Amino acid sequence: MGLKQNLHNLREKYKGTKMAPAFNAIHTFLYTPNDTAHGGTHIKAADDLKRTMNTVIMALIPCLIFGMFNAGYQHYLAAGEIEAVSSGFFSSEFWSLQNFSLGFWKILPILIVSYGVGLGVEFLFAVIKGHEVEEGYLVTGMLVPLIVPIDIPLWMLVVAVIFGVVIGKEVFGGTGMNILNPALTIRAFLFFAYPTWMSGDKVWVEGAVERTREIANGSTADAISGETILGSLAQSHGVDYSVMDMFFGFIPGSIGETSTLLILLGGLFLIFTKIGSWRIMLSAVLGALVMGYIFNLVVAAGWITDTSKFYGLMNTEFWHHLLIGGMAFGIVYMATDPVTASQTNKGKWIYGFLIGFISIMIRVFNPAYPEGVMLAILLMNVFAPTIDHYVVQGNVKRRLKRAKLKTA
Amino acid sequence: MSKDIKIKKGLDIKLIGEAEQTVENAIVSNFYTIKPEDFHSIIPKLVAKQGTRVKAGETLFFNKDNEAMKFVSPVSGEVTEVQRGPRRRIDAIKITADKEQTYVDHGKFDLSADAEKTKAHLLASGCWSFIKQRPYDVIAKADSTPKAIFISGYASAPLAADLDFTLTGKEAELQAAVTALSKFTTGGVHISVGANSNSPLANLENATTYKVSGPHPSGNVGTLINKVNPVNKGETVWAVNAQDLVIIGELLLTGKFNPERIVALAGSSVKKPRYFRTKLGSEISTMIYDNGVERDSNDRFISGNVLSGKRVQPDGYLDYYSNVISVIPEGNDYELFGWNKPVFDKVSNTRALTFSWLTPNKKYDLSTNMNGEHRNFVLTGNYEQVFPLDIYPMQILKACLYKDLDEMEALGMYEVAPEDFALTEFVCVSKQPHQQIIRAGLDLMLEEIG
Repeated sequence: MGLKQNLHNLREKYKGTKMAPAFNAIHTFLYTPNDTAHGGTHIKAADDLKRTMNTVIMALIPCLIFGMFNAGYQHYLAAGEIEAVSSGFFSSEFWSLQNFSLGFWKILPILIVSYGVGLGVEFLFAVIKGHEVEEGYLVTGMLVPLIVPIDIPLWMLVVAVIFGVVIGKEVFGGTGMNILNPALTIRAFLFFAYPTWMSGDKVWVEGAVERTREIANGSTADAISGETILGSLAQSHGVDYSVMDMFFGFIPGSIGETSTLLILLGGLFLIFTKIGSWRIMLSAVLGALVMGYIFNLVVAAGWITDTSKFYGLMNTEFWHHLLIGGMAFGIVYMATDPVTASQTNKGKWIYGFLIGFISIMIRVFNPAYPEGVMLAILLMNVFAPTIDHYVVQGNVKRRLKRAKLKTA
Repeated sequence: MSKDIKIKKGLDIKLIGEAEQTVENAIVSNFYTIKPEDFHSIIPKLVAKQGTRVKAGETLFFNKDNEAMKFVSPVSGEVTEVQRGPRRRIDAIKITADKEQTYVDHGKFDLSADAEKTKAHLLASGCWSFIKQRPYDVIAKADSTPKAIFISGYASAPLAADLDFTLTGKEAELQAAVTALSKFTTGGVHISVGANSNSPLANLENATTYKVSGPHPSGNVGTLINKVNPVNKGETVWAVNAQDLVIIGELLLTGKFNPERIVALAGSSVKKPRYFRTKLGSEISTMIYDNGVERDSNDRFISGNVLSGKRVQPDGYLDYYSNVISVIPEGNDYELFGWNKPVFDKVSNTRALTFSWLTPNKKYDLSTNMNGEHRNFVLTGNYEQVFPLDIYPMQILKACLYKDLDEMEALGMYEVAPEDFALTEFVCVSKQPHQQIIRAGLDLMLEEIG
């Protein structure tokens, strides 16, 4: 009797009991079940939801690993212990074991908490409600560590994840039924519940908060600046990063969202595998460029001068908006969440365009909170069903018109 | 006159075990079974009680709602068993066949007769059962007037019987049937044939022919209807399977109800896939074992194609409308890390570590495994890639699930049949039973709206 047979016997034993969903969740990770098609099609395509979600996770892994290196790099750079990168993407200053190990040990607990707590809640709900454990959280659990600041206290993450999974998803009936993207619900909760922690210029580089505290207590060490590019632009400070730094991702920011290069590759992978919607990604990029360009024109026309508090971000070259902040990450991994996005192909164009457009608008007009993509996506999540409604009505009207032509 | 219909959206699922184009006579079946469940929504009133002797073409039962609509015996013999289910519902009527077949003689039909006479003739002779209607995908109501009649002469489903081959030499019967059908409608009879085919249906009179090309479901009659003249509220169209035209035609020409049919035995489990000449309702065991499958093999037997056929047991029967028996391996085994390892031996329309896109012409040996578990609807946009009708598939499925009749109607429920959703069901990552959902939705509408 091999493992397969033993597990099969256990499955039969648990069948119909409260524990069945919990057991099946673990079992199906090892083995695709032996269920066969009953009525309907007797053959099925190779893909299931696990495979789909796994594809998204594969697209996220490079961002996670890069984030680990970057966490260490930003820390040691701010502390003045290493030099800035000098030779492109593969600079040795960046890809050092020292950087990685600091990031690794800092991010691993966040990852464990994210998955542990989130899946714990999922299992609990599955057992209580008697449905199978759904795969949605596999992606959410990976997204969460990538979109929080490196210095986030773990207890805060625990509270946020529980809130996000319960209120963002389970109250609606689980994966497939939710209105808001759960990962963004978690992040939004963090930012509105703990604003002093989650914004400002300290939390983005490991050690910055602690150093500030030490200084306040009389330490003579230099302060570590953890300001993000968006933060400094919002205050109309200059940016001392090159475009290439921003594109490669050698900048402070949430853990996994800094490298536009890797996000671009991840996005192309998702489009190639047909898991992510190219319509949403492309239209969101277009939307962001259009809004950014409009602001550039406003500055060029002289309506806004450098005395205005909006000047810094408005004057940012329109395509730079894609490189800084969480814009690219949001477009590729968050806006494309099929459950909360528009579900019709036409609707996806509108939905994506508005996300890009509104992101930049919020980014520019709300300097207190310089990242707009999260709010834009959450807003459009709410409007996605409305967009779909009007797209579908187009089809319905065409059908009615056809019937009228016949009877006329 | 012929027009072209090109389909881009769809998916050709190429399977091992396509039937070789040779016809054998199947061993003559001793027993024939007619199952009222094949005639969806018809409530049978039994005429031939157990022990009755019947001729081929003699009434077994009629439609409770319309006494004129007869359902007849495929062979002559004795009704040896009437199987009943809960509430005395008739499940099956089993006939032990005579060695020498005798037929009811309806007499040669005058093809110049008017629509009423033709209708009465088809109703009385049992041939009406081959005429289906949309909306609802049920046997046509005898008092309905179709705005058009549709026939698909192109089988694009996986492992389907090649209609060009099975209908060869039947031009006279096909023409007779089409001429008769054309009396029922002013909208014409519309026939689709393969773009590169040499179909006996291509040059019939009293019909419009369309050359269709593109991936499955280009050959589904639902696709033809949608592209030519979609069903609006309050309208009815009829559809007849091409192979059933032959039975109708023979009845009109000779007066005999002769339900003979050339059936493909296909699928990867079959040693020598080929065609058989047999009769509807016969035991499939008369075909599946000779150069077919081993006894007690772990296989799935399907009366119909692998996408929308009915599961039957090896001692089961060919159903009323099928012209293919598909046999594929049962996939009742676990697969280690089936959800994340690269897949080369299964079909997929994504590229999520599935590689069927690399080998578009490879033939696959697919089993009945679900390849995953049932989930809520999650992914969007993938149904549209395989769904050529001007309908939003996911939205209409959800409308069926929450039983909103107004929305179902608005989204085009009158136009669809379960088989139109076979491909979306195949590619569904959430493994939702689309065809079942649509059938339940249609039944609900039939009951509520009628």
